[in-house]
Amino acid sequence: MASDLNPAVAMQGITKRFGMVLANDHVDFTLRQGEIHALLGENGAGKTTLMRILYGLYQADEGEIKVNDQPVTVASPKDAIRLGIGMVSQHFALASPLTVTENVILGTTHGMRMNIEQANREVQAASARFGVLVEPRAAIRDLSVGQRQRVEILKALYRDARVLVMDEPTAVLTPQEVGQLFISLKGLKEKGFSVVFISHKLNEVMAITDHITVLRLGKVVGTLPTQETNPTELARMMVGRPTFGVTRKPEEKEQQPAALVLDGVTALNNKGLPALRDISLSVHAGEILGLAGVSGNGQTEVAEVLAGTRPVTQGRMLVFDRDVTHSDAKARMAVGLGRIPEDSRANVIGQMTVAQNIAIEQLDRFSRRGYLDRQAIRRYAQTLIEEYQIKASPDDRMHTLSGGNLQKVVLARVLAQSPKVLVVAQPTRGLDVSATEYVRSKLLEQRAEGAAILLISEDLDEIMHLSDTIAVLYEGRIMAIRPADGATPEELGLLMAGVRPA
Amino acid sequence: MDQILSVSFLVGLITATLRVATPLVYAAVGEVFTERSGILNLGIEGTMFLGAFVGFTMAYQADQAGMPAYLWIGLLSAVLAGIGMGLLMGFFTVRLGVNQHVSGLGITLLCTGLSLFGFRLVFGERAVLPSIDPFPQLTPFGGIPVLGDIFNQYLLTYIAFLVLVPLSWWLLFRSSFGLNIRAVGENPEAVDAAGLNVFRIRYLVLALGGGLMATGGAFLSLAQLGAFTPGIIAGRGWVCIALVIFARWQPVRAALGALLFGGVFALQLRLQTMGFKLPFELFLALPYLVTIAALALSSRHISYPGAYLKPYRRE
Amino acid sequence: MRLQIERLPAPLWLRTMIPIASVLVTFLLTSGFVIAAGANPLQAAYYFLLDPLSNPVRLIEVLVKATPLLMTGAAVAFAFAGGYWNIGVEGQLYMGATAATAIGLQMDGVPAWIALPLIVIGGFLAGMGWAVLPAFMKVRLKIDEVVTTLLLNYVAIFFVSALLNGPWRNPISQWPQSPEIAASAIFPRLIPRSRLHMGFILAIVIIIALWFVLNRTAFGLKMRAVGLNMEAARFSGIRVDRTVMIVALISGGIGGLAGASEVAGIHFHLIDAISPGYGYTGIIIATLGALNAIGVAAAALFIGLVDTGSQTVSRALGVPAYLGDVLQATLLLVTLAMLLLQGYRISIRRRSGAPQE
Repeated sequence: MASDLNPAVAMQGITKRFGMVLANDHVDFTLRQGEIHALLGENGAGKTTLMRILYGLYQADEGEIKVNDQPVTVASPKDAIRLGIGMVSQHFALASPLTVTENVILGTTHGMRMNIEQANREVQAASARFGVLVEPRAAIRDLSVGQRQRVEILKALYRDARVLVMDEPTAVLTPQEVGQLFISLKGLKEKGFSVVFISHKLNEVMAITDHITVLRLGKVVGTLPTQETNPTELARMMVGRPTFGVTRKPEEKEQQPAALVLDGVTALNNKGLPALRDISLSVHAGEILGLAGVSGNGQTEVAEVLAGTRPVTQGRMLVFDRDVTHSDAKARMAVGLGRIPEDSRANVIGQMTVAQNIAIEQLDRFSRRGYLDRQAIRRYAQTLIEEYQIKASPDDRMHTLSGGNLQKVVLARVLAQSPKVLVVAQPTRGLDVSATEYVRSKLLEQRAEGAAILLISEDLDEIMHLSDTIAVLYEGRIMAIRPADGATPEELGLLMAGVRPA
Repeated sequence: MDQILSVSFLVGLITATLRVATPLVYAAVGEVFTERSGILNLGIEGTMFLGAFVGFTMAYQADQAGMPAYLWIGLLSAVLAGIGMGLLMGFFTVRLGVNQHVSGLGITLLCTGLSLFGFRLVFGERAVLPSIDPFPQLTPFGGIPVLGDIFNQYLLTYIAFLVLVPLSWWLLFRSSFGLNIRAVGENPEAVDAAGLNVFRIRYLVLALGGGLMATGGAFLSLAQLGAFTPGIIAGRGWVCIALVIFARWQPVRAALGALLFGGVFALQLRLQTMGFKLPFELFLALPYLVTIAALALSSRHISYPGAYLKPYRRE
Repeated sequence: MRLQIERLPAPLWLRTMIPIASVLVTFLLTSGFVIAAGANPLQAAYYFLLDPLSNPVRLIEVLVKATPLLMTGAAVAFAFAGGYWNIGVEGQLYMGATAATAIGLQMDGVPAWIALPLIVIGGFLAGMGWAVLPAFMKVRLKIDEVVTTLLLNYVAIFFVSALLNGPWRNPISQWPQSPEIAASAIFPRLIPRSRLHMGFILAIVIIIALWFVLNRTAFGLKMRAVGLNMEAARFSGIRVDRTVMIVALISGGIGGLAGASEVAGIHFHLIDAISPGYGYTGIIIATLGALNAIGVAAAALFIGLVDTGSQTVSRALGVPAYLGDVLQATLLLVTLAMLLLQGYRISIRRRSGAPQE
């Protein structure tokens, strides 16, 4: 039973600035012993920042932290670990060529000697003790995402953490793995551990937590016992509106010709192992085909294969019956294939200006016999900035743009070329609500204008809201292709986990 | 041709190979550790050069002052100089996080300039190169044929192959220090989150690497030559950079690579005296060409350490 | 009131202060060595920086010394800007010098208006040729170009040495130095009876071309994109492999030109020491110049100044001339550190949060 006395962690008046941005604004947060407490909010609300302050990766500009009612200074993760705080971050802090044991004991070994066999045994024992199943001798790079997360959790527990901070733990899990995680968390709670559960997913938060603290734009909007609230109220607290949602209207449509066809496409991943196995699908004009799946099952490779940055070992790709399988990126753009990359920030030239980044995909248009027409480039960029309401000027360096504006630039430079086929990967990942809505509405706009869109997303909600047809990817294979109308998350979840319908 | 296949030729070749490979073993092992932590140290050539210079000069001065352990004083000074350079490299790559290629080259240029300047300052311009009695060679197998010759090596050579290489392997793969180094090179965030100090680990590794590189250079001036010349290193540091890639960042394989280079170098020295009507420079160039060829042939799927060339910052 | 440090480009006045500050810090740091050599640091600074400007003869010498530096600096800057770490300019220079000599030896009786272009083209092509192998290994085999270009430097120097000790050995003096090239192959003087030669004009042309290509052409934008973020460039349709190859080859060609210029403009025959490390100094210059044409020009002239001064320093003060090398290397490292400052803006903030700079 959670107790109000002697809270495990109390953070009071925490304020943190990054340059001009106020990430945390006098935030109060209290974690009781033996409870699971959600930190709810959108991307950019300040949840991760707050917890990184607790874990010593950042230092607050103002405010106080108390652990077990004692004021403490957490200057580095070393202090946090000593205080019994453990962090399971969103991007796992694991060294992939090393083994599970090596990762778990990292930082706990002293002096020079290290007995690997003994360490293996200790990790095995800890795994049993905490109910977190791992294989000590396996190399991290051979493990699935769910298994890696368990290693992360064990790492924290191995260091005698009593408080676990979990940052968006379900982002990379199938619905079934989420269920398993929840069972583990409940088990830990019974053993007296306290958990901070950072999330932006309302349903999960309602299912697993005891208390919820909602953050918006760096401020605490409210703290409530879970039982006394509901998703609608939480959503309103998160965004200030009852719901948000850009949804495709279901409609009867005549099927248009296939604009994009993948036929038996097979490809290898970076380690030379099969990533895509015999993928076949087709997207018709005026249709959005959503490709659902958990990260690590081939979504990234599908996007790369279509973008031209990964070679196809077997099969063909056709755009309006033109074979683009071995064409380079330039040729693909020429036949009307537009691509939105999975990680936009990594796929733009940060040090170059907005105008240059826009021009770079159409240099032929802006250069005559090699000489660049910089006026034309700036004019074009300005036009797009106005049309897409981008809060930046053509001469701003890309790396100074916010996530939403950066994605708008990427979107603008692709859509302005009026592509007939769009391949879009994780288009709203990391964006705030208004940017997400904008991107989704633009995609629907393109669909209405007759573009064929392949939407690759790990966000099942997004897939379900936007797609006409849904395909599910698991271990590099298409498990099923269904019309979106009538598909349920449970059904899709099973497919995403590799369970074919009976 | 008969000459090449004779036993005495082979024995001479093996003996020379071990000797020539020695400085490369020290320097390459030093670079293996450094790159395992994610840092490319192009200061290796300069550090070897500085080690050769400092080692020789301090030994010379100590000898002039009548100290019997002058060679060891020289060696110790060289190691300290190497550690200093490693820490300087750490300042640029770890503290400041600037481009590793350029800072490494800058350190090489600095060390080279400092050594040449220092040598001229201390010894002036002389007709005859200053020299000292170098380290003696150990001969544990006395008059025994074949074995006696092959094992006629410097103490530093024995240490390199019998102590340094196995100890490095153990350190890297069986000690917690080595685990920390490898983890830093793959994913510094993980190490930071585990409560360890990424910067301190990298500084330590750079210091260790620098000390080893300087030892490699000092071997040439204190053992092999007993003197210091501007051409004493002649690109061996760069060869070590290639060797480390070729060895996939493993100390034992690096030592094997050093033996390969040493072998080709020793071979070409002997071939030069055998009346082949080819310019001696061709033979001199042979080891470098062989190194390039080795790189080319072993280029399949090289997985660099995950954090290679990336400075660490807590974002 | 608090000091605020943000990751934005620093104001222009600060950025122009950086080179000056770097020089000052460098002189401060190296003054210890000057004192150790028994000389006065201020005097040394005078001889390094001001004395070469003090009379026309020395001033011309500065330009002469800067000629190969402008070219190697441009060669390196061009490569680095395209993300290609060409450390092999030294070797490319040697090969260009070799080609210039080979051609120059055949130009007896050939008029200058044929001989000179041939020398220039030959030098460029030879340097380019020496850059092919590492470029190929990078593009096809994904092998780092740093080591391959470096090792080839040594091979080039050995090759030249073999030539000079063999077929090109001066038959009269028996020294390792080639016969003189034909008179028509000698670069004309820009100022009569001085050492300043056509190579200087070539160097200026290269600098201007560097500026033009990087800032005004589509290729320049493409190669800079590749240098800044290769994956993003590839995604946006740029043929990365082809771009890197072209950058590597042109960089090598410019390096070869520097060698041809030294042979045809200064020495008139090939010698072992045709380059006292100009290729490596080029790296210093490219970094000091922050990889842009104007910076490279300024840095090359500055290093030419220091090089000229260092001879006087050695003669007048008895300090080993290698001090110049120490100085240049220190300047490189100091500048590297200082360049960080231009990525930051420092301001003072009131409590209310509004910044005032």
